[in-house]
Amino acid sequence: MAKATFEVPELSQYLDVPPVTPETMAHSKPFVAKPEFQAPLGFPGELMDDWQEKALDKMGELLGKYRSLRVYLDSCVKCGSCTDKCHYYLGTKDPKNMPVGRQDLMRKVYRRYFTLAGKLFPKLVGAEDFTKDVLDDWYSYYHQCSQCRRCSVFCPYGIDTAEISMAAREIMDSIGVGQKYCNEIIGKVYTIGNNLGLPGPALKDTLEGLEEDVFDETGVAVRYPIDEVGAEILLVTPSADFFAEPHVDGLIGYGKVFHEAGVTWTLSSHASEAANFGMFIGSYDNMRRVAQRIREAAIELKVKRIVFGECGHAWRVAYSFLNTLAGPWDFLDPRYPVPQHICEFTYNLIQEGKLTFDKSENDDKVLTYHDSCNVARASRMGNTPGGQFEIPRAIIRETCNHFYDMDEDTIRDRTFCCGGGGGLLTDDLMELRVKGAKPRVEALNNVMLEKGVTHMAAICAICKSQFTKVLPYYGMEMDQIVSLHQLVSNAIVLTGQDVEDDEDEADEAA
Amino acid sequence: MSFLTMVYAYLFYFAALVLLAGVTFKVVQYARTPAPLKIPTTPAPTTRSGVVFRMTREIVLFESLFRGNKWTWIFGWIFHFGLFLVTLRHLRYFMEPVWLPIELVQPFGIYGGIAMVVGLAGLWARRFFVDRVRYISSPSDHLILALLIAIGCTGLLMKFVFHTDVVAVKSFFIGLYSFDPQPLPGDPLLLLHLFLVAALMIIFPYSKLLHAPGLFFSPSRNQVDNPRERRHIVPWAKRLEQE
Repeated sequence: MAKATFEVPELSQYLDVPPVTPETMAHSKPFVAKPEFQAPLGFPGELMDDWQEKALDKMGELLGKYRSLRVYLDSCVKCGSCTDKCHYYLGTKDPKNMPVGRQDLMRKVYRRYFTLAGKLFPKLVGAEDFTKDVLDDWYSYYHQCSQCRRCSVFCPYGIDTAEISMAAREIMDSIGVGQKYCNEIIGKVYTIGNNLGLPGPALKDTLEGLEEDVFDETGVAVRYPIDEVGAEILLVTPSADFFAEPHVDGLIGYGKVFHEAGVTWTLSSHASEAANFGMFIGSYDNMRRVAQRIREAAIELKVKRIVFGECGHAWRVAYSFLNTLAGPWDFLDPRYPVPQHICEFTYNLIQEGKLTFDKSENDDKVLTYHDSCNVARASRMGNTPGGQFEIPRAIIRETCNHFYDMDEDTIRDRTFCCGGGGGLLTDDLMELRVKGAKPRVEALNNVMLEKGVTHMAAICAICKSQFTKVLPYYGMEMDQIVSLHQLVSNAIVLTGQDVEDDEDEADEAA
Repeated sequence: MSFLTMVYAYLFYFAALVLLAGVTFKVVQYARTPAPLKIPTTPAPTTRSGVVFRMTREIVLFESLFRGNKWTWIFGWIFHFGLFLVTLRHLRYFMEPVWLPIELVQPFGIYGGIAMVVGLAGLWARRFFVDRVRYISSPSDHLILALLIAIGCTGLLMKFVFHTDVVAVKSFFIGLYSFDPQPLPGDPLLLLHLFLVAALMIIFPYSKLLHAPGLFFSPSRNQVDNPRERRHIVPWAKRLEQE
């Protein structure tokens, strides 16, 4: 078990709502971005002298630009429906991690400066001056929201705390208080092309290595191309897929699926990252700039289609925002949605009967499936609402013999975030990540005990990294989290593949 | 015209003006503020009519609240539905002749009044007994509940215990239309009831009561899930493309 400097929550069989325990997480703060990480994004380097005035100006600007922010700050009636829904509240007991508690950190400032009631009777309506203490609270607690939208499912007005967290981070960035993790990464995307800072030649090496591995294993020359002009499909995938376990097994799977589909495809070193951290910091400008790389890559490589790899928030930006940020996509093949998810691509091939699987290859595992929050509640797959739940499960059922869902209250649109989303996947927030994972790990633990589940599949780079790191704190193994396309990769029977069974070989020959 | 009648006439002119102008201002503000990104909470309807159906379920049944918390839902729904019936019942004071549906709803309006107070009491109890809800409640949250309960109780008392001259009350309000207020009965309970209602009308556009118009403008509920099919772009975002 990993060493912890804090108390790891105990798992229980039922989801219990903890009693309100104020300030348990007031100490949790991610590292502040140094000036060198602020500048490339167009933000001031450090906290300005007249920060309060500047912050209120920015808030006024955002209130005029985002209907969500304006309506959500006005509409909350404090009914309490959201109070027991956030995984960070359930894991930390801190009431400022209740969605409404988090929103109120901004709402009290909004009321004080932007509403008549708050100007006249601040105490009565819970309005407060925007002091340095309040700003410190903002920095702490708006970096304890993974923007997973679970609260918005249960709010009678659909108030989405993610919108408020994003606005808060944008306001803080605009006065020089940025978060190191996100802003440094966005800088890397601008200069190198991906979050991990992997340069083009390194990617090429890695991909050649993958081709060799797959050939050794299967005897089939599956290609993992990069920067190939004229390929049909541009694959945009999170950079973790290039080397980290279990991510890379997913990438191997995508390649095999493309191979069987008989399509040409390519990665791009210019857009070698699916994730768009511009969303995490609520910056439309940065989100747009990051998204534009994909347009540039698609034009440069003269592709006809764009497919995204397994990545949760990335799929939200891709599915919901890409057309807005980097469209219109009229130069691509109109027969396909832009962009497509790799799961949609694989699922369609399965429907057409073009893929052959040997499910027994996954018989060493009993699977469950983790709905990644942003795929579940901020996007779709396929043509019908809820396809984002059914399509990945259909793929698992096609490739595995043993699959059990976790408790209904913790999956589909009620899924719990892994605890590391929304720009929190950094070691300086380890306590928060471990505690925030509790509700999900609890549900996983229950199906492990009841159904003998051994592995959990996910389709998000953040989820995979987070669970790899966090599961050991709960006494589980880091490799219990797998990529969905890793299962596909294991089970897929490639055309012309060396098959150990002689009979099959004879069939192939005939 | 007595002093009292005059005070209440002006009070209601003022309250109606604040309510109408205030809510209109907010609705126009919400409508004119762009929603630059597609953010429906999914799974979401893929068609306009699907969205209308989703919104209707939210408005009539409080669907999301039902999924979120059964106690708050049952008290909240009882209160709102009760208030709706009470409002319909009260329309008879504001029209001559009274429409048939309003005639028919009269007896249900009384049950509505009782339901409304019961629902409010339940909601208020939660503010004391559930630690999470207690934590998020500010004085105004309690005051609004107190105000609504007081309106309900004074109304029910007039119905069941201390009757007032409802014909005169009706003449007073009908008279307001033509700026010719008729004498308002001086019963203390009636005056209190009317004063509280006017207060409610005045605070409406400045308080969380804005959740009523707000719901219609919530992007996570009222947007169609079709971002890949149709490009969604607002003017300020469009301008970035021309730079």
